Amino acid sequence: MIETLTHDVDERFRAAAAAEGLLDVAYDVFDDTAMGPLLVGVTDRGVCRITFDPDPERELELLARLYGPRVLRSSRPVDRLHRELDEYLEGHRRTFDVEPDLRAQPDFYRRVLAELARVEYGETTTYGTLAARAGNPRAARAVGTVMNRNPVPIVLPCHRVVGANGSLTGYGGGLHRKELLLRLEGALL
Amino acid sequence: MGVAVPPFETFYEAHKAEVFRFLRSRLGPDRVEDAFQETFLRALRAYERLEHGEHLRAWALTIAHRIILDDVRKRRPHGELPELVTEDGRPAFEELAPLTDALPPKERAAVVLRYGYDLGYDEIGTALGSTESAARQAASAGVRRLRKEKK
Repeated sequence: MIETLTHDVDERFRAAAAAEGLLDVAYDVFDDTAMGPLLVGVTDRGVCRITFDPDPERELELLARLYGPRVLRSSRPVDRLHRELDEYLEGHRRTFDVEPDLRAQPDFYRRVLAELARVEYGETTTYGTLAARAGNPRAARAVGTVMNRNPVPIVLPCHRVVGANGSLTGYGGGLHRKELLLRLEGALL
Repeated sequence: MGVAVPPFETFYEAHKAEVFRFLRSRLGPDRVEDAFQETFLRALRAYERLEHGEHLRAWALTIAHRIILDDVRKRRPHGELPELVTEDGRPAFEELAPLTDALPPKERAAVVLRYGYDLGYDEIGTALGSTESAARQAASAGVRRLRKEKK
């Protein structure tokens, strides 16, 4: 006989909340990926957040501020993204079908991230090239900042952007992860 | 400006165990699961309209209380009045609940928070935006009124 709240009842509420469309953001933490623990957030428009080594409390506050306070851990809405990330990290997927939700990003960020989305699997480009494609060839440094703050790394491939001399330069999730991803895609030997 | 409304996850994690125990104690094991889900779905539907993050515990328990009232009404279709049973000198909440509808709002809230949720008068005072002694008076006035109506 049920006396205290069980895992099943808890999960059922979380699933119902998502199914009724009551969430601003559904999120979950994937502990078991090749890239370490990832926190992912999705809205009704797509994936809005991927964070390496997340501090959940801070992430929740941020998501609530950007998208609304109805932020809840719920695994069903993020299932598809979870599957796609697994396939990608196992080398079985080259593009993502989930859409990014960039509505909280400033205009310039959105423009740069839209260009970033066109850099293909296994290729690299430079900060300067991306700046030029986004309409401002002098903005290489600003593009670096946008890459560093990319809300959905991996799905939007900021790991494919390197310095003009071919050096890896930097990565929001740490250079070792950038290297891992580029190796996975065969862009680094 | 009050305290900011926390992310729903934080609110839910802070109160889910207590809300479950409360519902379980009033509704029993067969009805508690649906009532639990409905309580937090209702909270989620209203969450965007909250203006501040204060008294969220009392708010969660108030919603649970309304769910219990709905359940009790559904199960007492003829509108007959139940006995006002008292255990350890306090009105038994389950019997009291369907009767409190007719009370003035402040008295009703005080009665329900005191006997339904076992909140202290200081907490009730805060939740109602008044004082501890005002909450105590409202609760006892409410109980007196209920006893009178019962006769």
